[in-house]
Amino acid sequence: MNSTTKQAPDALPSQRLPVAAKPNRVPNKRGSKQPQPSSQSFRNRLRRDKQMLLMMVPGVAFLLLFFYIPILGNVIAFQDYQPFLGIGNSMFVGWQNFSDLFNNPDFIRAFWNTLYLAAWQLVLLFPIPLILALMVDSLVSNRVRRIFQSIAYLPHFLSWVLVIAFFQQMLGGAGFVNNVLRDMGLDPIPFMSNPDTFPLLVVVQMIWKDAGWAMIIFLAALASIDAALYEAAAVDGAGRWRRMWHITLPGLRPVIILLLILRIGDILSVGFEQYILQRDAVGADAAEVLDTFAYYTGVIGGGWSSGAAAGLAKGVVGALLIYGANKLAHRFGEDGIFARKVG
Amino acid sequence: MASTLLKRNDKALSFDPKRPPWQERPSLLQQAIKSLVLILFSLSILLPILLVVSTSLADNEQIVEAGGFVLWPERPNLDAYITIFKGPLVLQSLGVSLFITSVGTVLALFVTITMAYATSRPVLFGRPIVIAVLFTLLFTPGLIPSFLMIRQLGLLDSLWSLILPGVFAAFNFVVMRAFFMNIPGELIESARIDGATDWQILWRIVVPLSKAVIAVVGLFYAVSFWNSFFNALLYINDQSKWPIQLLLRNFVVQSSGAAEQLGISTTAPPQSIQMAVVVVALVPILMVYPFLQRHFTKGVITGAVKG
Repeated sequence: MNSTTKQAPDALPSQRLPVAAKPNRVPNKRGSKQPQPSSQSFRNRLRRDKQMLLMMVPGVAFLLLFFYIPILGNVIAFQDYQPFLGIGNSMFVGWQNFSDLFNNPDFIRAFWNTLYLAAWQLVLLFPIPLILALMVDSLVSNRVRRIFQSIAYLPHFLSWVLVIAFFQQMLGGAGFVNNVLRDMGLDPIPFMSNPDTFPLLVVVQMIWKDAGWAMIIFLAALASIDAALYEAAAVDGAGRWRRMWHITLPGLRPVIILLLILRIGDILSVGFEQYILQRDAVGADAAEVLDTFAYYTGVIGGGWSSGAAAGLAKGVVGALLIYGANKLAHRFGEDGIFARKVG
Repeated sequence: MASTLLKRNDKALSFDPKRPPWQERPSLLQQAIKSLVLILFSLSILLPILLVVSTSLADNEQIVEAGGFVLWPERPNLDAYITIFKGPLVLQSLGVSLFITSVGTVLALFVTITMAYATSRPVLFGRPIVIAVLFTLLFTPGLIPSFLMIRQLGLLDSLWSLILPGVFAAFNFVVMRAFFMNIPGELIESARIDGATDWQILWRIVVPLSKAVIAVVGLFYAVSFWNSFFNALLYINDQSKWPIQLLLRNFVVQSSGAAEQLGISTTAPPQSIQMAVVVVALVPILMVYPFLQRHFTKGVITGAVKG
């Protein structure tokens, strides 16, 4: 530390050099983790980092305007919010909005729908990208591999409106498949408007849109598994399934856990646009989820406070779920999402 | 006897130059299943796109004959496109989408690059700000408060309501910052010794070194602006400010009012007109996609897989 104090008076940017070049310190990949020289005064550091701090201004302004101030705006969930009075003058009603919500059958229905749809997604959606990745990874021809990857990534970049439009054209009442069925003298099947099969439809849409893209991260993890492990196992007589079980899957474990946590945290945001686009076709009984409930109650119905309360309840539960899942991951000795990452 | 021996030998000795020696050749059945799955998956993606494009190009007779959908247009023509571009609405909404996509992407890249670079170096307030950004991955403020904020800012019915909320995404920030942190500190120190300011270092050294990640993150932002539908539904009432996705929703997905809404007379078959609107929303994505694709893996992995 002394070596830095000697240089401190000139307060030039170059004084960061001794910190970085200090001998004996194990070089640290995460640059910002390096302790600041404690001898530098706050004002000196402020002056030294002036330009860097200026660079943060646009981003911080964004965070404040569209994230942190709106979070404070959630206070209307505890108010009887009247738009003409504003947040400042509206009456506080405590937990009234929440207890109203839990007595509101529409909200209860939206809540159960959300959980129900999320469970379908968790079970059906999760393994498919992994299976696809294992299949693609075992392809021998690089060319076939590349072509398949190009095709499989594509739907991820299409909007939900387009995806639904495609599904409608293919599976809708006047869609391609039903046309074929009619030509064959069969009865058309209402794929797109049957509330009973709606969860399956939604999951199929999600697989179509994102399974290929989700594969990318498994492929990367697969490529990083040491081939020597496979060779050693092969020499020891392990067949292909044993190698997959004992080498491939453990190699993918951190990625699998990371993705699982992210999914669990997302469990209550089952997919907003997808539902709002199809709510008319299948009816609110099947397609009303917490997000659409908040939208219809708040923005369309003018029940600002109930809508905000529904949104807040969802946000808090979602955050707790992520936090809990991450804790669980730590217990299993994995990094999770924010273990050593914040640096 | 001989045949089984030969078979076993064959299996043990089968050598494929492209396959590492420890990998066994899969059985025919396994290969068949695998191919079938991958081919069906690809077809499920390609077939709808082909159908939509073909139908948009086909003429009325063929569509009626085929019962609504055409796999290959026999007499391709652009009637449907001419029809939709005669009315003002498609052109207007294309203009809106192009505007929010281009302006939004430039702004978003600026905000993300500066923020990611500033926090990628040991700097005052760096750590708390990174935590503040990562927190946005955990929690969302909710629909209603965001709406009230936009209204408070007077952005309702303004195109900025479609741009500003999207100019910074935590995921893209993480990708960008991870990339910047891998740039060797010596490079930056030496520039500093030569008298470069932080600002100059960013634009003259760091940004030129990071073209790949900037391309990927730029693509992610551009796609999200081009695809944004819900913000428009929330914030935009004025029909002349609809982006193409909202038009697509009202015209194709809900198909309410259909042609009158587009301000056109129905001379071309409605089916091909609907498909033409779908294609108009689809084509820009198909156009940029091949150019940026080779960067995907690198960009995503920098951000997602640690170490």
